Amino acid sequence: MELILSVLIGVLFTAAVYLILSRSLLKVILGTGLLSHGAHLLLLTMGGLEGSAPPVLIDGVSDFADPLPQALILTAIVISFGVTAVMLVMAYRMYAVHKTDNMNELRGNDEHD
Amino acid sequence: MKTNDVILQTTAKVVFFIIFLFSIHIFFAGHYAPGGGFVGGLLSTGAIILLLLAFDLKTIQQILPFNFTIVTAVGLLLAVATAAGSIFFNVPFFTHTFDYFDLPLFGKTSLHTAMLFDSGVYLVVVGSAITIIQSIGGDS
Amino acid sequence: MEFVLLIFLPVIFALLIPFAYKYVKGIHTGWFVLLVPLVLFAYYLSFIPLTMDGGHAISEIKWIPTLGITFTSYIDGLSLLFTLLITGIGSLVVLYSVFYMDRHKEDLGSFYVYLLIFMTAMLGVVQSDNTMTLYLFWELTSISSFLLIGFWYTKDRSRFGALKSMMITVFGGLMMLGGFILLSIMGETFSIRELIAQAPELVNQPYFTLALVLLLLGAFTKSAQFPFYIWLPDAMEAPTPVSAYLHSATMVKAGIYLVARFTPIFGASSTWIWLVTGIGLLTLFWGSFFAVKQTDLKAILAFSTVSQLGLIMSLLGAGAITYHTTQDIFTFATYAAIFHLINHATFKGGLFMIAGIIDHETGTRDIRKLGGLMSLMPISFTVALIGSLSMAGLPPFNGFLSKEMFLQSMLAIQHFELYNFDTWGILFPVIAWVASVFTFTYSLYFVLKTFMGQVKTDQLPKKPHEAPMGMLAAPVMLASLVIIIFFIPNLVGKWLIKPAVMAVQPTLYSSPSAVDIHVLAWHGFKSVELWLTVAIVILGTLLYVTIPKWQPLYRMQPAKLSLNEGYNALMRGSERGMNRLSRLYMTGIIRTYLLYMFAFLSVTVIALLFIKDAFVFDMNSFAAISVYAVLNGLILLLSIGFVVFAKSRLAAIIALGGVGYSVALFFVIFKAPDLALTQLVIETVSVALFLLAFKHLPALNNHGETTKNKVVNLIISLSVGVMVTLVALSSHSQKLIPSISQYYKDTVATKAGGGNIVNVILVDYRGFDTLFEIAVLAIAGISVLGMIRLRVSRKETTDENE
Repeated sequence: MELILSVLIGVLFTAAVYLILSRSLLKVILGTGLLSHGAHLLLLTMGGLEGSAPPVLIDGVSDFADPLPQALILTAIVISFGVTAVMLVMAYRMYAVHKTDNMNELRGNDEHD
Repeated sequence: MKTNDVILQTTAKVVFFIIFLFSIHIFFAGHYAPGGGFVGGLLSTGAIILLLLAFDLKTIQQILPFNFTIVTAVGLLLAVATAAGSIFFNVPFFTHTFDYFDLPLFGKTSLHTAMLFDSGVYLVVVGSAITIIQSIGGDS
Repeated sequence: MEFVLLIFLPVIFALLIPFAYKYVKGIHTGWFVLLVPLVLFAYYLSFIPLTMDGGHAISEIKWIPTLGITFTSYIDGLSLLFTLLITGIGSLVVLYSVFYMDRHKEDLGSFYVYLLIFMTAMLGVVQSDNTMTLYLFWELTSISSFLLIGFWYTKDRSRFGALKSMMITVFGGLMMLGGFILLSIMGETFSIRELIAQAPELVNQPYFTLALVLLLLGAFTKSAQFPFYIWLPDAMEAPTPVSAYLHSATMVKAGIYLVARFTPIFGASSTWIWLVTGIGLLTLFWGSFFAVKQTDLKAILAFSTVSQLGLIMSLLGAGAITYHTTQDIFTFATYAAIFHLINHATFKGGLFMIAGIIDHETGTRDIRKLGGLMSLMPISFTVALIGSLSMAGLPPFNGFLSKEMFLQSMLAIQHFELYNFDTWGILFPVIAWVASVFTFTYSLYFVLKTFMGQVKTDQLPKKPHEAPMGMLAAPVMLASLVIIIFFIPNLVGKWLIKPAVMAVQPTLYSSPSAVDIHVLAWHGFKSVELWLTVAIVILGTLLYVTIPKWQPLYRMQPAKLSLNEGYNALMRGSERGMNRLSRLYMTGIIRTYLLYMFAFLSVTVIALLFIKDAFVFDMNSFAAISVYAVLNGLILLLSIGFVVFAKSRLAAIIALGGVGYSVALFFVIFKAPDLALTQLVIETVSVALFLLAFKHLPALNNHGETTKNKVVNLIISLSVGVMVTLVALSSHSQKLIPSISQYYKDTVATKAGGGNIVNVILVDYRGFDTLFEIAVLAIAGISVLGMIRLRVSRKETTDENE
């Protein structure tokens, strides 16, 4: 199972990085979204996928899934929501001001050196 | 949003309360069953977004006349205050405590300072998510 | 009381200055500041009886004990002498500045804060026993000097001078730090006292000479020795009290102090004697020769300071000869160095103040416009005359005594029989004598050109008149010291000089009274020095009279070959070179930078995994494959494909939502209900967010991405993907330490009173994380609000450069 998940995570990261490197601003944002999904699954997989019960105390159950990565991921999910929102707004404000979403044209100018 | 969809609006009102109550439930259940401040807060955000889709920003502003940045601030303060409160009892910062009480109606209930902290989380999540949504939605 | 804390008294007092400046309008802020050096001067005077007996005092507070870095105040004869100079001259300079700096026109708050910072820094330099804190204070003097030179920051010359002095002295400071570190590696201590104690062993260490050269670079840059002196003339853009204080009496003597302090360690090396004496004499000659070329009063004084510093430096170098031979004739040099240091502080401080007064009262410092001020400003003239004649080395002024001793020491060098000094040694007295002739000439040039001859009233911006008494008080006091010291040289010697000499040559003398030197003004007609001085006076006067005839000779030096031009070319070259270099890889396109980062990341991580043999692949620990998970994986792959290849933005956004939902399903399958719930709701909210922002978003457009670019992107992203897969597998397959989760599982019911471990971790065990996380979320909310609702309109740009 971990093997399959690891490959899936690799695909997620590949797609994310490919999108981030592209010239279109919107694709960059989509890429960061994929990147955070990949990171969440990566955390989960590193911790192990064996547990047969959710990490909630019920009498008679002792084989929990590892709760620590889950707690970390929960934090990460909410943070990535905030990051996505900020990036989205920053991106479309930039588009409104500079009238372009071509990353090659958004490169500052020499005056600010 | 110029819509005049009576069915959507009527359903949305009902569903809003269902989701909202569910979010309260899931928030309080959080310490023992899946749920908690994050999920609770996000669910109520979802409920408000549903209203937003059915009506429009101005109506929402009338229905829920809060300044959501202040909600965020209150949440943060509550969380910090809960964490700092332990200092006054001469225990390290962030030490939580709990005990079991017999309350009328509820029976034996455990009361937790962690719950106060979690409600701070709840408020911050709702406050900042709605602030974001309202800002983006209100941008012309 | 821990008197090491007194070092910080000025800087603590500086905290009050801005308030005093702002709220106490009626009184000049300088009067408050004056208290600090006065109190310190009075207190440090009480150490004189101690050091006179050859004792010392130590006070220490720990700063970084694990690294052996402490604030140590070590007061012996040498550091006490400098301390008294700093506080004594400091008091006079502050007094002078009260009348010099206009209460209504100048920003006195900043001025006195900088000055007090400097005072702390300088006290720290001369009292620190720990090389690391010595370095700290050393750089602090550079910084306060930078701030003071650039005090009138609206002037281009001020900013240029400030930057130049900073560049050169900080360069030297860094070199010195290197020397200190080498020393501490060799001696395994930062303490100067302990280093001195093991001096005999240090000499044979391999890096000894390197440490010596690095340390001297620090001293030479700070004390404006050739060829680093070029910053000092440009530093004259500072207000005159600053020039008198930092750039003549104290800061530039920090290099002298350093050389004196480290003589017991390095004196045994012939390189030390050659370098210190040689560079010192060269600087002496160079400075005195070019002083006559200057037309600005303060520039003449700056070059003369350079030259006098060279004189003291060369004497210290000659003093180190005592580490090689015990002949009596060499013992004079160190005594002469310390003596001349005191004398220079008195006469040069007074001269700078007079230059400031002339500037203040006539509106110009250009010597070509000045003249005949003698009758208009009689007191200033008297002070200037006393200072100049002392500088020229005439009796009855203190400069005469130390100048005689200087000549005597230089004459003695040719009798030194080691290291080729017996063949080359004759050069030393010759250079010293020629330089003295020029010194005599520029001294006359300074005072006579300004005060004699015709008043050129039409060329002066202001009508000249004598300065107010308050302004004259400080220079008059210094001038009277010049005369007093001439009559009581041996008393000064007993109180101040002999303890200092003992600190420089601890192996030679066991107590200050063992320094068997008696200063005499009259050595009889047989003394060579007397006739040398007579020759200096005759030739110097001759040169002064003929200045108009030979001054044009200076123009023969091509402007391009000057040291200043070299400095400018170096600065320009490095600026352009660095600009060109960074433009090679800084394209301004984010993609380029991301390519560097991703490529570096994946290459290093993959390489490390295989070099360190860290890649482990253990099939046995894997969980069983579930059908649902495989199906869900397929859905995930499909959604990813849609995100990447979508033609419209709506499709891409919805496909991104699909990715999120299938990740949520994974959370369900792998027993993470909290995550699944959160992910489901947040995906919904995110999609709503994207759709709300939809109308603002640009259409998908690949902007003519070339195939080559695409291939490069693909290679990099594939390598990142492979890297992540390998990391995921090997980190799952090997657990070096048991997971902390077990503790959570065991204690969640008993200690935290909860059932849902994930939630309890969030709100209880790792509450700090959550606290900061909601803080970040709040910041995100506020910044979105700020970007949309509170943004500054484009018209009112607030660029701070405008």
